[in-house]
Amino acid sequence: MAGRFVSIWFPHLATDWFALRRPELQDQPFVLSAPVHGRLIITACSPQAQAFGIGAGMAVADARALETRLHVLNDQPQLVPQLLKRIGERAIRYTPVVSIDLPDGILLDVSGCSHLWGGDLPYLQAMAVSLRKNGYAAHLAMADSIGTAWAVARFRTGVTVIEPNGQKDALLSLPPEALRVGGDTVERLCKLGLTRIADLVNLPRPSLRRRFGPELLLRLDQALGHTTESFVPIVPIEPYQERLPALEPISTRTGIEIALERLLEMLCARLHREQMGLRTARFTCYRVDGKAMQISIETNRPSSHARHLFKLFEMKLATIEPGLGIELFLIEAARVEDHGPGQEKLWETQGGLEDVRLSELIDRIAGRFGAACLRRDLPAEHYWPERATKPSASLTEKPATGWPTDKPRPLHLLERPEPIQVTAPIPDYPPMLFRHKGALHKIKKADGPERIEAEWWLETGEHRDYYAVEDEEGARYWLFRLGHYDAEKPPAWFLHGYFA
Amino acid sequence: MCPAHKNVTCKSALLSHQTLLDRNIYPHKAEKLNLLANFDLSKRKGMNGKGQGEQTNKADILQRLQRDISHLQGSKPACNMQYDFGLGTIHRAFPQGAFPLGAVHEFVATNREAAASSTGFLTGLLKTLMGTEATILWIGGSQDLFSPALGFFGLPAHRIIRLQLKKHKDILWAVEEALKCGALAAVIGEIPDLDFTASRRLQLAVEHSKTTGFLLRCTTRPLSTTACTARWRITPLPSAALGDLPGIGYPRWQVELLKIRNGQPGQWNVHWQDDGFRVEQPDHRIKSQPRIKIA
Repeated sequence: MAGRFVSIWFPHLATDWFALRRPELQDQPFVLSAPVHGRLIITACSPQAQAFGIGAGMAVADARALETRLHVLNDQPQLVPQLLKRIGERAIRYTPVVSIDLPDGILLDVSGCSHLWGGDLPYLQAMAVSLRKNGYAAHLAMADSIGTAWAVARFRTGVTVIEPNGQKDALLSLPPEALRVGGDTVERLCKLGLTRIADLVNLPRPSLRRRFGPELLLRLDQALGHTTESFVPIVPIEPYQERLPALEPISTRTGIEIALERLLEMLCARLHREQMGLRTARFTCYRVDGKAMQISIETNRPSSHARHLFKLFEMKLATIEPGLGIELFLIEAARVEDHGPGQEKLWETQGGLEDVRLSELIDRIAGRFGAACLRRDLPAEHYWPERATKPSASLTEKPATGWPTDKPRPLHLLERPEPIQVTAPIPDYPPMLFRHKGALHKIKKADGPERIEAEWWLETGEHRDYYAVEDEEGARYWLFRLGHYDAEKPPAWFLHGYFA
Repeated sequence: MCPAHKNVTCKSALLSHQTLLDRNIYPHKAEKLNLLANFDLSKRKGMNGKGQGEQTNKADILQRLQRDISHLQGSKPACNMQYDFGLGTIHRAFPQGAFPLGAVHEFVATNREAAASSTGFLTGLLKTLMGTEATILWIGGSQDLFSPALGFFGLPAHRIIRLQLKKHKDILWAVEEALKCGALAAVIGEIPDLDFTASRRLQLAVEHSKTTGFLLRCTTRPLSTTACTARWRITPLPSAALGDLPGIGYPRWQVELLKIRNGQPGQWNVHWQDDGFRVEQPDHRIKSQPRIKIA
C-alpha cells in the first residue's frame, strides 16, 4: 500500500518564536547570534532582516554594516529541536505518526487520515491555518514519498498537494538540492549543467553512480518512491507483546500449551483489531531458576491466525525444558506488517500462490525443515544450463521474462555432468555410440551441436557443444563435448541430462 | 451383450460387493442395507431375464450400483469432468471414463531414462491440472528436474514450489501434509520405496482434500502392494518423426497402466505433439488382469 506523507518546513522557526515572546520585534529586522571562535555568527534571521540580504552564517559585524538598525539577540542552544518536538506532539491530532526532520521541519505519515478532513487540500489547509494562528510561518506539501514532500515543501511556497503517483512530474522542474544530497554533489551537478532534476532522471544509472556515488541514486529513488525510507516517530509504537504470569510454576507440556494458546489469543485479538499480522514471533518461558527458554517462529506472510501460529510453535515446543517449573510466559511479535481482513470469496477456487492455506503449509514446512529447502525457480537470462534458473526472492514474485522454449532442454538435468566414452566422427558430427556406466548405447537419431559458451564475464572455462541424441531403445540423452578437438589430449565427453 | 456375460458381471459385482462388506468399508449400516436391497432386486431380475426391457433395466441398476460403490470408495466423478487431459482412448480405462482425481497415482521406473519419461508424461497431465492459476508442490530428494525444460510441455515452472528433503521419513511427512492442505492442484513426491501403511495414509489424506497426488518411484526393488488408485509405468520409445526431417522428433512413450481401481489396465503408445497427448492405435488390452481391487 502506498503511503501519504506531509512535510512541513519552517523557514523562520527560531525567529518566529522570539517574535512571539517579544511582540515589539514583530516588524523589526533582527537576528539570533552565537559566538564561534571569538566572533558573533548569525544562526537565524527574521524575514525582515533577510530582505536586506542578511543570511545565516554571516558575521554580525558584516550584517550591521548592511543594516544599522539590526537587533541582535543571543540564540538559545537546543531551541529548534525542542520547538519541533513540541509542534510534532501537537500534530498528533492530525496523524498518530509524526517524526522530527532536523534542522527545520517535521514529517507526518498521513496514510488514510486526510479523508477525515474532507480531502487532502482541506486537511493541509487546516494544518497551515493552525500553524499561522500560532505565529509560525510554514510551507506544507503532501506526496506519496517522503522525498517528494520534502522537496516540494521547500522549493514551492504555501500549501501543495501532489496527486498520488505524481512524484516525478512534481520533481522535474526542481533544482538538484531538492534531492537532499550533499553540497559538493550539488556543486558538481551544477558544474555539469544539470541544474534541474529533469536533466538527470533520464541519465543512465551506472554513469550517475560512477560520478556521484550511490547517495544520489538512493535519494532519487526515495523521492520517486521506488525505495522506502525509514521513519522514526516521536511517539514510539507500543510493542506487540503479551505476558502471562503463572500462579504456580508450570512444568507440563499441557500447561505450556494452554499458556501459549492464551497468549496467542490475546496477541492475535490485538493484531486483528489493528489490522496487522505478525511475521516473526518469539515465545519466552522464564523458569524458576532464573533461566529463560526461547522458541521463535517465522511466517512468510503477515498472519493473525491464532490456530496456525499455535501449530508453528507446537513443532518446537519439545525443545523447551521446563526444569523446576516456568513462572512467566512472554510472547512478542518482533516484526508486524499490515494485514487487511481476508476477502470473503463467493466460491473457493483452486488456490494460486496467494492462497492463505498454501502460505500456512509453507510456514509449517519451513518451521520443520528450515526455509532453505524450499525453492521456486524463476527464469534467468543465461544459456549456460547451471545458471538458467534463479531462486525467487518471495512467494509472490512474478517472473520478469518468459521461459525459453526455442532450444531443446532435458527434463532431468544431472547435478554434475557424468563422463562417458564416445565414438564420434570429427569435426562436428554427433557421436555414433557412447558408453555410460558400462552400458553401451548405439545412437540412432541426433540433433546438434548447440554451442554454449561459459560466459567469460562470470566464469572462465571451455565452451560446451551439446547434442541431443536418441539410442536404439528410444531413450533420449543430452551429451556435450568440452572444448575444441585438440591434437594433444582426447576430447572429454559428458552426459548432462535425460529428455522425456 | 449376451445374457450370460451379464450374469458373469453380476457375479463379479456381487463378489466385490461382498468383499467390501466383509472389510467393513461402508460407513453406515443403513447404506449397507440399502445397497443390499438394491442388489437383491437386480439379481432377481437378472436371473429371471424375461424380456429386453428388463435387460436394460438390469444394466441401469448395475451401473447405478457401480456408481454407488465407487462413491462410497471415495471417488468423486462430478469434479473429474472439468478437466480434459486429451488422453483419448486411455480414458476408457478409467472408472466412469474420467481420470481419477483426488487420488494417489504412482509412476514406477527402474532406470533414469524411464524416470525422465515418467516425468514427461506427468508434466503433460499437470499442465491440464494447473490451468492458469493453481500451484503444485514438488517434493523430492534429488534436484534433477530442470525447470526451463518444462516450458516445452507448456507448464509454467515458476508456479511449482520445490521442496528438497533428504530423509525418506521427512518426504513422506511433507507429502501427507501437502495432500491435506487443499490449496494445491497436485502434489508430486519422489518416493522410491512405499509400504502399504504409508500409502494408506496418503490415500486417506486425499479423500478429504480432493488434491491429486503423484508419486514418482524410481527403484529396482520389487514393488509391493500399495493403496494407490493407479500404478503407471512409462518407458521411452523411439521418437515420432517430424515429417521427413532428420533428428529427434516428438517425445514418444509406452504408457502402461498396470493397476487401476475400478478400471481396466492397459497399454498404449503415446507421443507429445503440439501441446497435447496423441494416443496411437491401441495395442492389445491386458486381459488377464483382475478387473477390480488393487488395494
